[in-house]
Amino acid sequence: MSATLLQSLEQAYAQLPPAAMQAGRLGEARRASLAAALADGLPGARAERWRHTSLRALERRAFSPLPATATVDPAVLAAIPAPRIVFVNGVFAPQLSQLKDLPEGVSLQPLSQALQQGDVREVEFLARRFDAADETFARLNAAFALDGLLLRVAAGVHCTQPVALVMLGAAAGGDHAVHLRHCVELGEDARLTFCEYQLAASPQAHLLNSFAHLHLRRGARLDHVRVQGEDAGATVMTRSDAVLGSEADYRRTDLELGAGLSRHELNVSLFGQHARVAAAGVLLADGRRHLDTRLNIDHVARDTACDLTWRGLGADRGRVVFHGGILIRAGADGTAAQLSNKNLLLSANAEIDTQPVLEIHADEVQAAHGATVGQLDDTALFYLRSRGLPESVARTLLTRAFCRVVLDGIADAGVRERTDGLLDARLPQVAA
Amino acid sequence: MLKIENLHVRVAGKEILKGLNLTVKPGEVHAIMGPNGAGKSTLGNVLAGREGYEITAGTVDFGDKDLLQLEPEERAAEGLFLAFQYPVEIPGVNNTYFLKAALNAQRKYRGESELDSMQFLKLVREKLRVLHISDELLHRAVNAGFSGGEKKRNEIFQMALLEPRLAILDETDSGLDIDALKMVAEGVNHMRSADRAFIVITHYQRLLDYIVPDQVHVLAEGRIVESGDKTLALKLEEHGYAWIEQRRLPEHSAV
Repeated sequence: MSATLLQSLEQAYAQLPPAAMQAGRLGEARRASLAAALADGLPGARAERWRHTSLRALERRAFSPLPATATVDPAVLAAIPAPRIVFVNGVFAPQLSQLKDLPEGVSLQPLSQALQQGDVREVEFLARRFDAADETFARLNAAFALDGLLLRVAAGVHCTQPVALVMLGAAAGGDHAVHLRHCVELGEDARLTFCEYQLAASPQAHLLNSFAHLHLRRGARLDHVRVQGEDAGATVMTRSDAVLGSEADYRRTDLELGAGLSRHELNVSLFGQHARVAAAGVLLADGRRHLDTRLNIDHVARDTACDLTWRGLGADRGRVVFHGGILIRAGADGTAAQLSNKNLLLSANAEIDTQPVLEIHADEVQAAHGATVGQLDDTALFYLRSRGLPESVARTLLTRAFCRVVLDGIADAGVRERTDGLLDARLPQVAA
Repeated sequence: MLKIENLHVRVAGKEILKGLNLTVKPGEVHAIMGPNGAGKSTLGNVLAGREGYEITAGTVDFGDKDLLQLEPEERAAEGLFLAFQYPVEIPGVNNTYFLKAALNAQRKYRGESELDSMQFLKLVREKLRVLHISDELLHRAVNAGFSGGEKKRNEIFQMALLEPRLAILDETDSGLDIDALKMVAEGVNHMRSADRAFIVITHYQRLLDYIVPDQVHVLAEGRIVESGDKTLALKLEEHGYAWIEQRRLPEHSAV
């Protein structure tokens, strides 16, 4: 409670524009969320879900209150085609966004616009309360977020163009706390490819607190790629909550390539029968980066499936923390759950903690999990070098091969190529 | 081209090569035979620059270079090629991509221009045609899921593509049926030329029916104990390695 971070945010709250702080249920929810965050403080070393990720350094930092405007070179976005919605330091940037020419049945708008229009039903998800004492960032997000993406695909609509969400961090004279709240909804049998980028437009040490709700109705399919390539000074807290209806098919790929500290909580609720999620990711911790990814896959309905494939790379003094939690509830019979987490230690000073946790309360369940930590294969390295490849190139090639399986899961060829490119650009720095 | 003098090598504290001498001139094919555990594969690995081998004495000159001072990739670019006894499976690395990167890395080292995709593909097709290898192998990951024969074919294909000055074949014949064996031999024979040399390491004489060597050496207990022309291989086949042991014993007792 006495933490500098929370004090600075409490002051910031008082300075929020009154119009943004609605009366009624939403305003009430914001105030309650802030009060809860201040009362419980940041999760400490005893909080089980934060055991491997210390917030002590973050807690002592103060962040400037108001969203900071900054100019951004549009070249940063050159590789991200329209349609796209761009936020710079948490503020919707219409000049960088391209929201037009969307197919019929696809609606894309900034949350700030919906709030101004005052249609409470559109933004009902903002009223959600977070009960657990360690959900500090979700509570802060609930208190502060005034912008984000609202993306809806109507029933039966197949959106063939990938839609991009870009969160840019830009230097703005001081460190800023940025809270964004997103909502993606797919109607029955709708299809969408959605790309989410958390990138640095310039060096800074902001705190990005990004929370996305994803809702797939019966038979919907969402292909979701998220790339976190923030500045090494930045702190990124990401939460993704997905709810899947019957026969919904959710496929996502996460690349954690940047930030000094990045924590991602991916919560997927397999709520309808035959719903399935395939989630894959690469965690690339070099320098002094600390990357923490926590999966909570909740099998509620019967005959649901999850397939989780994560690869960790630890180089320099980097640290990878991976928690693969799978809960199969009573009644979720016929569930198939698969988790593979393989890690490469590329330096003696890097650290990797991996923890697969399966909790099964149902019958007739197929569940398999495996976690390994190893090093590059010396024999393979020698084989490549004996054909003339310099050691650094050979190491990069083997490291890329190690991550290959994750990227192969991206269905859209263009998106896969761009995502490949982002990883390829980083690997030589890590492996060589 | 290659001059090995008094080479002593230890592996995990145990001396494997104990004063090996060998001179190979351009255009020659040398066969190295010997019983298991004689140090045949150690020789191939040391020449290619594999880690884990401690060289305690001796020199190896390759052209005008001190071979032992070079990194494995530098040895490759200088024109040395080792066909592995057990080619390594590398899932996730495409064969074509790997070979193009390897060839261009070598060309870059030698100050030659790198090949673009079209030039590389043309070269690949030419080599495949000569070796009667299907291009299906190119689209797969390096050796991943290959049969024993396919792996050895891939080694010979790599050799043909990289065009080394000195190729060392480490028991390339092991585990091959007669057709695959002939294919390997054809590949080698096709590449024989006045400025290229081969060292063929083998346990059996069979391969030498198809690759006729200029010289045959017997490696036993870390040294070359007998050298001769191709008839030496036939004698070995007839009498077995024990015959060499018996011939050596008097010399040993004399020392």
